[in-house]
Amino acid sequence: MLIAILTITLLAALFGLLLGYANIRFHVEGDPITDQIEKILPQTQCGQCGFAGCRPYAEAIAGGEAEINLCPPGGESTMIALADLLGRDPVPVGEEGAVEKPKSIALIREQECIGCTLCLQACPVDAIIGAAKQMHVVIASECTGCERCLPPCPVNCIEMQPIRRHASNWRWPFPQSGTEEIAGGVH
Amino acid sequence: MYVESKKGKTRELWRFHGGLHVPDHKELSLHKPLRNIALPKRLVLPFQQHIGAPAQALVKVGERVLKGQMIADSPAPVTAPLHAPTSGQVVEIAEHLIPHPSGLTDLCIVIEPDGQEEWATLPEPIQDFRAADPDTLRRRIRESGIVGMGGATFPSAVKLNPGKPIKTLIINGAECEPYITCDDRLMQDFTDKVMNGVRILQHMLQSEECLIAIEDNKPEAIHAMFQALRDDENIEVVRIPTLYPSGGEKQLIHILTGREVPTSGLPAQIGVICHNVATAAAIADAVLEGRPLISRLVTLTGEGMQEPGNYQVPIGILAHELIEQAGGYRNQPRQLIMGGPMMGFDLTTDEVPITKGANCLLCPSEAEMPEPEPARACIRCGRCADVCPARLLPQQMYWYSRAKDLEKTQDYNLFDCIECGCCSHVCPSHIPLVQYFRYAKTESWAAEQERRESERAKRRHEFRVARLERLEAERKAKLRQKKEALNKPAPKKKPAPAETSATDAKDAKQAAIEAAMKRAAEKKAQQAQQPRNTENLTPSQQRQIDAVEQRRKAAESKSQDQPEQPS
Repeated sequence: MLIAILTITLLAALFGLLLGYANIRFHVEGDPITDQIEKILPQTQCGQCGFAGCRPYAEAIAGGEAEINLCPPGGESTMIALADLLGRDPVPVGEEGAVEKPKSIALIREQECIGCTLCLQACPVDAIIGAAKQMHVVIASECTGCERCLPPCPVNCIEMQPIRRHASNWRWPFPQSGTEEIAGGVH
Repeated sequence: MYVESKKGKTRELWRFHGGLHVPDHKELSLHKPLRNIALPKRLVLPFQQHIGAPAQALVKVGERVLKGQMIADSPAPVTAPLHAPTSGQVVEIAEHLIPHPSGLTDLCIVIEPDGQEEWATLPEPIQDFRAADPDTLRRRIRESGIVGMGGATFPSAVKLNPGKPIKTLIINGAECEPYITCDDRLMQDFTDKVMNGVRILQHMLQSEECLIAIEDNKPEAIHAMFQALRDDENIEVVRIPTLYPSGGEKQLIHILTGREVPTSGLPAQIGVICHNVATAAAIADAVLEGRPLISRLVTLTGEGMQEPGNYQVPIGILAHELIEQAGGYRNQPRQLIMGGPMMGFDLTTDEVPITKGANCLLCPSEAEMPEPEPARACIRCGRCADVCPARLLPQQMYWYSRAKDLEKTQDYNLFDCIECGCCSHVCPSHIPLVQYFRYAKTESWAAEQERRESERAKRRHEFRVARLERLEAERKAKLRQKKEALNKPAPKKKPAPAETSATDAKDAKQAAIEAAMKRAAEKKAQQAQQPRNTENLTPSQQRQIDAVEQRRKAAESKSQDQPEQPS
């Protein structure tokens, strides 16, 4: 009897020490779930979710303060990925029947630009170059299409242009045939 | 299996997994003699006819170019220059439809031939290529714009710089795809040219052995190539069994060496390099004659073609002009395919140019290639896995591609799929499996691209946030310094830290008061001084002054005493 109690106590103490040590030895700094959420978000930093950028939104999701369907640039795929990661139920993105916008980038109509630098300050990824009273221009390769430069422009000279489909970025379409038959065959 | 590959020499062959015996329909085009095609009114040359960076124009609109003149090039490491197929005028550099499954346009250079066929000054022929060092030859091949002509269009000069010793050089004359006969025709009609190209390649790579692989359904080509072999050379012609897709690079390497190219690896990793026979012929032209790649053999075939056959075609000719010169269409064809029936793609229009990698235009009749039957549910028969030459599990990849689960498709090695079309061909449910795999591949690439872009955007955003914070801190520091500079001239005041701004202000007030008091005291002291108009006085004036002083002193002492009197 005594031996049994002693053995159990000893084992408990041993495992307790082991766990305690592991907690210190393998301590994880920061909040890994926030990082994982942030990885899924498209990093456009557009603020359409109502947060200041992708990181604050990721923090809000991790803290359970925000829904997972607030990211319009990410669309449904991002929402599904978040639902998978967090084990939440998928929620529809945006309005019922809303069409996802084609990926676009900003373009400044140069002859109308007055060089006010307001869009420069609004761009979250420094994708606009220019100086006061000088013409501004968008660096196409860096623009994330967040549309944050549109509202500050006093002369409305910025427009969003869909990225041109080119042979090098063209994707094979999803095959049309076969979809219905299989949908009927699988329960 | 052992086959004879050279006089008195046999070789062991291996068999790759799967594969298919498909009706080859090669007789349609094979036995017609090779025909030349006249120059059309316009030649359209896309800047991108190869894998890698697109070339950039070296000529301007309106400029006259000569035959064989380099008209586009790029400084990028993986690229190929472009040459004028004939003399004429550059009339346009603009978007034009290109032969691509998307049916999209790309930047092209348009030349209007003047019919004079005037050659540009070509680089000096290197007749004695055995004396030339491989770098010189490689440079020549690069400058001649030679790309893999079996359809892959990878720049040959890049492929010829493996950075590893090469044991086996394989020359691919398998031409396993049905209908296509241009390599067969080439080996029969230009045997010496192909052989010379092979010798140049072997000299460059210094490979231990060199194998020319030809499927056994091309006896004439095999015979011709056997005849061209010399005893003193270590080159063999290997007759391989006809089985689709034995012309696939990885499959051919397996047949000849029994070795497998690792996933996402290159043949050079296992000491093998593979080149097409047409590439070898183009290399012979470039080295021995200095002639760049400006024309190629194209097979026109199918029941929908009036005169199927092989044609020597200038690169840049539009498909419809080529077909018109070859007699046009017949039997109201349903589709036009660039490439073969298994791996080719449908052209949406015949207004596209022939490029360096275009080996075949197939125009089948309705009866020959009927509309595909509607797909039915997968019955899990597993025939797709039986025929897959890459030993993949097409039905698993199909389920995941259908569910758009791209990660899972990659777990099943989607990117090892060579899109040979065997699985779709045998599927009893007529599921377009290859279409699903192509879809999943391009989607995966796009997803990867998006991931990279978002990573970049994140870095830029973080940098911007850090920059703004730094600027704000710098601004604050500057403000503080200015304040301190203002406070410094105040006397007897130690520079106080900014945190104690309250005491700072108090001290400043105190200092101001002190300064004012000091100024007042100084003024007073000044007033106490002697007036200036008291020098050089006469004795009488001095006496008067003294008397006045005396009176004032008396008055002052009187007034000073007075207040004490009442007390």
